[in-house]
Amino acid sequence: MNLSFLYENIHVLLPEAILFLGALAVVGADLLRPKDGDGRGLGALALLTVVAGLVGTAYIWGRPPATYLGGASLDGFALGVRVVVLTAAFFAVLLSMGYAPRITWQTGEYYALLLLATAGMSLLGATTELALLFVALETFSLALYVLTGIYRRNPRSAEASLKYFLLGGFASGFFVYGAALLYGAGGTTDLALLGQRLAAGEANTSLLWAGMALLLVGFGFKLSLVPFHMWTPDVYQGAPTPITAFMSVGTKTAALAGFIRVLGTALPAQQATWGWALAVLAVLTMTVGNLAALRQMSLKRMLAYSSIAHAGYILVALVPGTAQGTAAALFYLFAYGLMNIGAFAVVVALERTAENDVDQGGFRGMATLYPALAAAMAVFMFSLAGIPPLAGFFGKFLVFKAAVEGGWTWLAVLGVLNSAISAYYYLRITVAIYFDQAQAVPARNAWAGLNLGIALAALGTVLVGIYPSLWIALFQGLGG
Amino acid sequence: MAESYLPLLILIVLALGFGAVVLVLPALLGPREINKQKMQPYESGIIPFTSPRRRFPVKYYLVAMLFLVFDVEVIFLYPWAAVLRDMGVFALVAMAPFLLVLVLGFVYELKKGALHWR
Repeated sequence: MNLSFLYENIHVLLPEAILFLGALAVVGADLLRPKDGDGRGLGALALLTVVAGLVGTAYIWGRPPATYLGGASLDGFALGVRVVVLTAAFFAVLLSMGYAPRITWQTGEYYALLLLATAGMSLLGATTELALLFVALETFSLALYVLTGIYRRNPRSAEASLKYFLLGGFASGFFVYGAALLYGAGGTTDLALLGQRLAAGEANTSLLWAGMALLLVGFGFKLSLVPFHMWTPDVYQGAPTPITAFMSVGTKTAALAGFIRVLGTALPAQQATWGWALAVLAVLTMTVGNLAALRQMSLKRMLAYSSIAHAGYILVALVPGTAQGTAAALFYLFAYGLMNIGAFAVVVALERTAENDVDQGGFRGMATLYPALAAAMAVFMFSLAGIPPLAGFFGKFLVFKAAVEGGWTWLAVLGVLNSAISAYYYLRITVAIYFDQAQAVPARNAWAGLNLGIALAALGTVLVGIYPSLWIALFQGLGG
Repeated sequence: MAESYLPLLILIVLALGFGAVVLVLPALLGPREINKQKMQPYESGIIPFTSPRRRFPVKYYLVAMLFLVFDVEVIFLYPWAAVLRDMGVFALVAMAPFLLVLVLGFVYELKKGALHWR
């Protein structure tokens, strides 16, 4: 038997292969480490793997489009998703290095699952086939269910894990049913072929509509769109903070990548229908997310609702169904990754490990004690609010521009209004940090990785804001 | 297209009808007698001596989970072994990574003491 098809174009999945082998290496190294060690070497190994994944992505950058076994393809979009996901993983490992040994003795499992989740997310960006899409989705979901609950001594973490698992399993069910119905409608799981058949009108339309609706629910859950967002605040609050930071960016990027693949490759002919569905969801998501965030006392819950609102902004870019919108969404996710992980990193620095959270009083007057940390937090908050010249501003600018040019001006207007609402709760934190009386701010956590992570995230947020054209050009080329 | 589903429809009707008959006929025809013996969960089995809903060690859960994983592995290996001769190198190459990952998992659980009954 000729086996050459097995390794033909195998470079398409090079970053995923690196991540997977890295996860195995972490498990192996965990077996070999001495019993009394704290597993710091494992963090270094995980960091090395993520960097190797980024190098692998750079290695296959700019190569001609190719597909592996008809299920995964090498194109600009897949590369862009990998950049965002691997950046998020890089920061997550940095934040975990001093954190993981405090909350669990299973640091090997912690890093291995983190790498496997990253592999699943990055695979999701490359897949062009419904069955593989589901496998990738489950790969990172299952790993995240466990990671959410890995802080076992903390009851909130266990509760969050169970909630996430049950609701996530339910949502996966919706996704599979939707995929099965789409298969029933078009007779293939290949997205491009499905798109051709659906556009030609050969498909069974009633199956198609039902399948689309179910897929929308499945992706809506992973993206935490309103009204499928109920799990988000509880899970984000209960999960260990570095995992929350990783989840808030990685899951969104991966799920959005799958969503864009399905909508853009298989269902472009139905844009008139799903465009409206997405527009309604986007308005609901932005508004509910921002209004709920106004009233949160816990910083992690506030950031969770803010991440819901940001999912709404990103969704605005998808509504017109243009390549420009896709590129805008990718750029937004990259900018959002830097500033949101940065904000969570500040939570990691300020929280008491046993509480696994910081409430609104926990950072009052922090600026007098930790000026650098306060400055970084201010940068992240301003950027999340979308104030120029920071990364978040250009993300919002591109997203709303894509909506206006696609003919959805009213949606962009609602987005801008929402952005104004969000400024209130982001700026309130900055004001509390700088102008409130210092109130027994706890000794902050500090380890080299955490400090480096906060510094890099702040630097990235500022640099992407100051030189946006470079990054915009980078992601513009990847939209197709 | 639709006609090809006719046998399925007939099967559904027959199945539902048979179920209904089996339920209704004994209720109409059979004699009814209630006594202690008849009310037990298993009329002809072991006499229950304790409630089944009691607490048991969580260790069983771990063992059951590990069993499940490796049971699935073995189930996957049987058909593979049966067709190995026909499929040749391809099957061997395809199984190697799968087994490698599972063996690593097995060594991990062994070293972490998951199989020690403590």
